[in-house]
Amino acid sequence: MKEKLSYRLLSHTILLLVTLAMILPMVLLFLSSVTDENVLINNGYSFFPAKFSLGAYQYIINYSEMIMRAYQTTILATFLGTTISIAITAMMSFAISNKGLPGRKLITFFIFFTMLFNGGLVPSYIMWTNFKVVDTIWAYVLPFLLTNGFSIILIRSYFEANVPMEMYESAKIDGAGYFRIFWKIALPLGKPILITIGLFTCLAYWNDWLNGMYFINAPRLYSIQVLLNKMSANIQATLTYANYNINASDAVSVPQTSIRMAIAMIAVLPILVVYPFLQKYFAEGIMLGAVKG
Amino acid sequence: MGIGRRRLKQYIPLYLMMLPCAIYLIVNNYIPMTGIVAAFKSFKVTEGIWGSPSVGLKNFEYLFSSRDIGIIIRNTLLYNVVFIIVNNAVGIMLAILISDVHNKSLKKLYQSSILLPFTLSMVIISYLVFAFLSQQNGMINNSILIDNPVQWYNDPTWWPVILVFVNCWKGVGYSTLIYMAGISAIDRSLYEAAAIDGAGKTKQIFRITLPLLAPSIITLFLLSISRIFYSDFGLFYLIPQNSGSLYNVTSTIDTYVYRSLMAPGGIGRSAATGLLQAAVGFVLVIVANGVVRKVDASNAMF
Repeated sequence: MKEKLSYRLLSHTILLLVTLAMILPMVLLFLSSVTDENVLINNGYSFFPAKFSLGAYQYIINYSEMIMRAYQTTILATFLGTTISIAITAMMSFAISNKGLPGRKLITFFIFFTMLFNGGLVPSYIMWTNFKVVDTIWAYVLPFLLTNGFSIILIRSYFEANVPMEMYESAKIDGAGYFRIFWKIALPLGKPILITIGLFTCLAYWNDWLNGMYFINAPRLYSIQVLLNKMSANIQATLTYANYNINASDAVSVPQTSIRMAIAMIAVLPILVVYPFLQKYFAEGIMLGAVKG
Repeated sequence: MGIGRRRLKQYIPLYLMMLPCAIYLIVNNYIPMTGIVAAFKSFKVTEGIWGSPSVGLKNFEYLFSSRDIGIIIRNTLLYNVVFIIVNNAVGIMLAILISDVHNKSLKKLYQSSILLPFTLSMVIISYLVFAFLSQQNGMINNSILIDNPVQWYNDPTWWPVILVFVNCWKGVGYSTLIYMAGISAIDRSLYEAAAIDGAGKTKQIFRITLPLLAPSIITLFLLSISRIFYSDFGLFYLIPQNSGSLYNVTSTIDTYVYRSLMAPGGIGRSAATGLLQAAVGFVLVIVANGVVRKVDASNAMF
């Protein structure tokens, strides 16, 4: 019994320390964003700021145009990407879950091979640049992220296990029946897996900065992640450049040290808000292997 | 013949449904595969990949004669080995500890907080790290190392530790969850029987939990081995703020491919490095999967 108590004590101590390690960086981010600019310059980012200030957020609200535009871009790219992704992935998965389909093995291999081999960054980069996606919203949506073999195979297996074979048989009687069965039966039955995969796709688009770094030059098309990434390299230039209407004397008074933390805070806020409600799906998705570790 | 055609006709709606996804895979995945010939060309923008003159193995010769290739392969492999060991060891430990927590809400708190960093982008994480390490304003230099501050972004000494820590911080929720699933499948009566026989907690962990987790440990381990030639670009590029004085300990195959691609005249060696990575990666996936199949066929990818 004694050992059990000491084990539990040790266990909770370790787990509490780990929990703190996971959460404290977020706390520091938040505190830094509401610390007075001069205090930050003198004392640095701190868990115990000497003086609070909402200056960074005021600046963001006054010059919110740039950030609002970046937010819109992120939301639009995430919405387009996730919707198109789920639509095309679910249709493909549904089709290859039909065991009678001629050529099914070949098509499955065609999908599978994309998980084993790739051409690397250079050919993809040159190709997408040639397709003129550069500096359009499609630069965020199309390259790399739209679908992958892993999701297709996972959804297919789910359909195979949950859509009864007789449904496919009955659909055969009139050809158009497949569309109806997909819409009326497969999609509702597949809801759990579609929500889980959709959530990971959504997160991937929300968090993506690579496509922006590769294919976006125009500041008006920066997504929130791309804006943060550019700002990290040169905060002054980014703010001045993105706010073409801002005049030089204003630009000097940018609260540089706090504003970068404030913008980062705004970028994670939506995730922090929905996370408690969706945590269950994240966990389920990982158990399914929805993410390649 | 007639029957075959009629049979195919029934399936036309299914083929139509495949079409958008198939076209995407052809464009996004297959066309770039043909582009690997760029590794054997001296690339000219005006000529495109196919029109550019062939240079045989020149790009590879250049690559292997530079000292960069040794550094990036060393870094990629070593970091991956350490990542695999640390993330799995910490993940198994946390999974055992959390599985033993009886209080439902505490259990949920622990599990949610460990998984939270998993949802953040590398850009955000680079800001979090910057808040601690920034040379002028960083928390550590200003609140802890006040008297002898470290030039974090210029001094390579601590970066192997920092990168291992950040990677574990972001990724350990993943392995913890996988192992928790493995533990929850273990029959509780085994532990009760062991407790009656007087086996302590340590003994239970080493005699019951770990042996029964072995198949998942081995599978996860092998799957990571198959990715050992790949690295998380964001981790190695953004977290060190792309600082040149740290390249020796932060350059990996993926950051090298990107930096070469962006450097004037670097497309050839970038493509050669990418092809090398894809080819070795392909062999490793096939081998690792073959071994997984032998260990536990149900976990094999194919």
